[in-house]
Amino acid sequence: METAIPTRMGDGSIARMARSELRADIEDGVAQAVRRAKVEPLAADEQEHLLDIYASPARFVGVDLGDEVVLSCDGTGMKTHATRAQDMQSYEQWMGADLLELCPGDYSLKVIRTILPYEAQCLHDALLATIAPMQYGIMPNLGLYAKDDGPCENWSTLLPEGRIAEARAASEQAAEMAVSDAVRMADAMWEAGADAIDFDTTGASGDPEFWATLRVTEIIRRKYPEMGVQLGMAGEFVLGMHGELEYDGKRLAGMWPRQQLEVVQKAGATMYGPVVNVNTGRSCAWNMARALTLVKPCMEIAEIPVHMNVGMGVGAVPMFVHPPGDAACRAAKACVDILGLDGL
Amino acid sequence: MHNAHAQAAGMGGIRAGGDLVARMQMTRGMRLKEAKEYVAGKLGVTPFDLSDPAVMTEVRSELGFGRIHSYAISQPAQANLIEAKFNIGRVLDIRINCVEKFKERAGLQ
Repeated sequence: METAIPTRMGDGSIARMARSELRADIEDGVAQAVRRAKVEPLAADEQEHLLDIYASPARFVGVDLGDEVVLSCDGTGMKTHATRAQDMQSYEQWMGADLLELCPGDYSLKVIRTILPYEAQCLHDALLATIAPMQYGIMPNLGLYAKDDGPCENWSTLLPEGRIAEARAASEQAAEMAVSDAVRMADAMWEAGADAIDFDTTGASGDPEFWATLRVTEIIRRKYPEMGVQLGMAGEFVLGMHGELEYDGKRLAGMWPRQQLEVVQKAGATMYGPVVNVNTGRSCAWNMARALTLVKPCMEIAEIPVHMNVGMGVGAVPMFVHPPGDAACRAAKACVDILGLDGL
Repeated sequence: MHNAHAQAAGMGGIRAGGDLVARMQMTRGMRLKEAKEYVAGKLGVTPFDLSDPAVMTEVRSELGFGRIHSYAISQPAQANLIEAKFNIGRVLDIRINCVEKFKERAGLQ
């Protein structure tokens, strides 16, 4: 009889699975990704290595010495411990953060319109008191530009009514507003001394949001050649809330990570963060097998650093408010060992 | 979660040379291997050394790159914070935005 190995489900709960059950989950996770995204499966030796990582009874695992990668550390300045500036200092001094991020508590682009000078001042002062590179991070969160939160008609209510043209026009109007706000934000943060802007959870509102963020990235690259732009995604698949928007002649709706990276690079971003959301009803091994299979095609064409998202609920890290360290370290090791990522 | 990632796969930030490699990725779009080789070349160490606090603490002290500090290991005569970024920009041969703004606003250029 096989030994039951303690492992994790996508919701963070402990599950005890035999090695053969973990192997079956990994094979199924790979197969799901292949079927949905039309990508190549992980090689046999890669699946075997993944199995070794998740079948290990060790509480903690890590990459080999010398294989360490850069950590993006988004959300480091979010009043976890003290003030936001002090948070970034503590992440730098105590937590080994490779880079720092100042961000508003709400984390949405629209909400900083009226507090932009305050945000820029905070960043300016924090830059004087830290060493690691610092970015200002927000979510484009295009949904906040739609009624009842914003001025544009709400495409999510127009679509079910069959008012397709009006829905598309509303999302395009919101995208234009987001571009304007984001450029104004980048101007202020560059003047304050920022090293980069981080657009986090891009595409949460579908292709109009991704479209807006790519256009902003292009503008920032043109205006500030030395300013970094980290563009992280909201999911593995760009939802077609508009359906006809294109960038560089490519339709954005339906893009998987490799196609996302192509347009992100074209727009001029300096870092790309692919995201694969967690299925809470499947094991972490299943989730990681699926995630790696979806993201692996990126690594063949990457010209900029790829920092896969491995936070709560993405990249096989459980969707639980305090993700267990044993699950987080396995996700980190699997991503680095098998994909050869540039960072996490 | 951050601690788990940092221990499992991170470069250690200013405990070692993670911030330096991150800076080349973030602002110059360098991939990991290229960024590690660039920084290591400028510092006269190997890419392997960049994640090693035992090596990098000494390197950072020599070059004035700033270090972890506490009451027990204070270095008030060494460069730190914005001062360290002046040195990092010079040694890595890159312009650091906040350093350039500092020079401009403090009348240093």
